[in-house]
Amino acid sequence: MLPDQLDVKVTSQPLHGSGVLRFVRECPPYRWAAGLCSVFGIQSRSLTVAVPYLWLLAFFLAPFLIVFKLSFSEILIAMPPYAPLYEMAEDGYLQITLHLENYSLLFQDDLYWKSYVSSLEIAIVSTMLTLMVGFPIAYGMARAPRPWRLPLMMMVILPFWTSFLIRVYAWIGILKPEGFLNMFLTWLGVIDEPLIILHTNIAVYIGIVYSYLPFMILPLYANLEKMDISLLEAAADLGCTPFKAFWKITFPLAMPGIIAGCFLVFIPAVGEFVIPDLLGGSSTLMIGKTLWAEFFNNRDWPLSSAVAVVLLLLLVVPIVWFQRLQAKREAQLN
Amino acid sequence: MAEASSQARKVWAPWNEPGAKPFVRIEGVTKKFGSFVAVDNISLDIYEREFYSLLGPSGCGKTTLLRMLAGFEMPSTGRIIIDGEDMSTVPPHKRPVNMMFQSYALFPHMTVEQNIAFGLKQDHLPKADIAERVERMINLVQLNKFAKRKPEQLSGGQKQRVALARSLAKKPKILLLDEPLGALDKKLREETQFELMNIQEKLGVTFIIVTHDQEEAMTVSSRIAVMNHGCVEQVATPSEIYEYPNSRLVAQFIGDVNIMESRIAEVLPDRARLNVVGIDAPVQTGRSVNAAPGEIAWVAIRPEKMVVSLTPPADTSVNCLSGVVWDIGYLGKLSVFHVRLEDKSIVTVAQTNRKRETERTITWEDKVYVTWSPDAAVVLLA
Ligand SMILES: Nc1ncnc2c1ncn2[C@@H]1O[C@H](COP(=O)(O)OP(=O)(O)OP(=O)(O)O)[C@@H](O)[C@H]1O
Ligand SMILES: [Mg+2]
Repeated sequence: MLPDQLDVKVTSQPLHGSGVLRFVRECPPYRWAAGLCSVFGIQSRSLTVAVPYLWLLAFFLAPFLIVFKLSFSEILIAMPPYAPLYEMAEDGYLQITLHLENYSLLFQDDLYWKSYVSSLEIAIVSTMLTLMVGFPIAYGMARAPRPWRLPLMMMVILPFWTSFLIRVYAWIGILKPEGFLNMFLTWLGVIDEPLIILHTNIAVYIGIVYSYLPFMILPLYANLEKMDISLLEAAADLGCTPFKAFWKITFPLAMPGIIAGCFLVFIPAVGEFVIPDLLGGSSTLMIGKTLWAEFFNNRDWPLSSAVAVVLLLLLVVPIVWFQRLQAKREAQLN
Repeated sequence: MAEASSQARKVWAPWNEPGAKPFVRIEGVTKKFGSFVAVDNISLDIYEREFYSLLGPSGCGKTTLLRMLAGFEMPSTGRIIIDGEDMSTVPPHKRPVNMMFQSYALFPHMTVEQNIAFGLKQDHLPKADIAERVERMINLVQLNKFAKRKPEQLSGGQKQRVALARSLAKKPKILLLDEPLGALDKKLREETQFELMNIQEKLGVTFIIVTHDQEEAMTVSSRIAVMNHGCVEQVATPSEIYEYPNSRLVAQFIGDVNIMESRIAEVLPDRARLNVVGIDAPVQTGRSVNAAPGEIAWVAIRPEKMVVSLTPPADTSVNCLSGVVWDIGYLGKLSVFHVRLEDKSIVTVAQTNRKRETERTITWEDKVYVTWSPDAAVVLLA
């Protein structure tokens, strides 16, 4: 059963009346801008609505357009290492050259689509693993006595205070054949030979689950915490065992949190570079790694831009489709 | 038929039969939250097919008591026995009890139908039976038009009816209702009260109902337990509670009452004499009192059992107060007179509005006499 509403629309919704906006509204630059706009007959209200869109425009759409433009360019041994897209021809015409080879190469060389597929696979598996690890933690936090909840939340966020790179690096020390994990297991007598985990996909899964766990826990916690406990009592009262009540009540009601958490983990995991690079092996194929190699090793900016554009489409198209479906379902209900 | 059943109801009083076995037995139950005692050593016997009301001020522990019956809270001490079975180790989903929650606790992701069907599905009934029962319930609470809606699309009263239907659907042996009619308007409330009594008669369910509303308790109950600060003050039928409250608290909680602090003057086998403190007015009662002369007691008289008149009665020496009309409230059928006595205390008298030709109507500032019969006065020792 799917819930009515999903919280995945986060970025596309203007944040009416939120604390951030109120803060923005009181900032002098905003007030001056609003004053200026009102001179031209634009209301301060529409300006408020425009702020998030301006933000998106400046920091998402503009870079994307640059990358998009780059992807139609041609590699050059120069600085910058690509040919300009348009030139003023001698006879006064503007000459635009779109190179589609970058895209056709993506389909010809199986390295690329294999990287995409493998990335999606790794991201899906690790998102599911993160959900399985994160859900009980979020559930435990949401049901903990109230005074404990803030400290628990702090503990979830605490790792963010150290560099991501260093934390992933630390896993090498844990997972390598003579690392802590193997030492511990040998000491316990569980294994005789060290386990080979580092430089395999398992290490990548561990790294992704570890790194993105807070992104799963926080939306889940926010969702589970506001759930009314008396619903579970009502279910029990009507003859439902606690286990069944979990699947019939808690789980469907947590669905918006689950979906939000999964998106927050899945999307960055698909394009992840640091974790497969440090923990994965030579056989670990991920699009982030491929892109990095194209960009830095081969200095092929246009091709790596094409890789990035396709990756974005691969992510955005299903999400938009999913939202459409959701909206349709909602419309049907009413 | 209706006549016969109402007749049957009047004499039906298993709590007075020595051999009758209670259906629900609450034995010395105490519930503490930390050091706070929410329910304090309560013992109650509730019989099958009773309509048992828990009445009392907010925070007196009514919901807590119901939650212990449903199994959501465990008594700190004491036992709860339902149908001969000790409930101490029985989890909520195995108890023969359904509860209607004060907050309704409707499942927000399910439609009205699905909410009502939820309990039936847990029993693995055939689909057709479930559908039929759900439809009956929806008809009963008149929610046909809303069957496919989600709870958030319903009004407060509609939600309440869904909650009621959901708790009734499983035909439990005991139905716990926590303020079931609080959000309904007067008309719907009366209809639903009537419907509840009907359901109770048809299905033979034992109802335990929490209410704030004393009038509701008076209308529907077989017996009422008045609670205060976690204790039970009195358990009796509505009329007993009204006529013979056992404490000032009960008397004040149910209906209006005049309470006068008095000193006992004389105790005889069939009556007692008291003097109202402050105005030294002698009172005679129609029953004896279990106290010694010289002790302080309180005389309680319902406003409608007093008579106010402009002319002094034949005997002004006993059961007679004199004062000045302080205020008059006109309530249609009734007029309520607030009479100020010598010691500035106020006595309230309710009198039906009949036009008496011989007398002029009583108005503000009139000197009046307030009288009552010895049977009207109840002596309270607490
Ligand atoms: N879980 C709890 N922890 C601590 N105190 C509680 C808890 N539940 C109830 N109480 C306290 O116990 C007392 C009785 O509560 P209860 O809910 O039974 O009152 P009530 O009679 O149902 O009141 P109302 O008529 O307002 O619903 C209250 O003072 C309340 O604050
Ligand atoms: Mg309550």
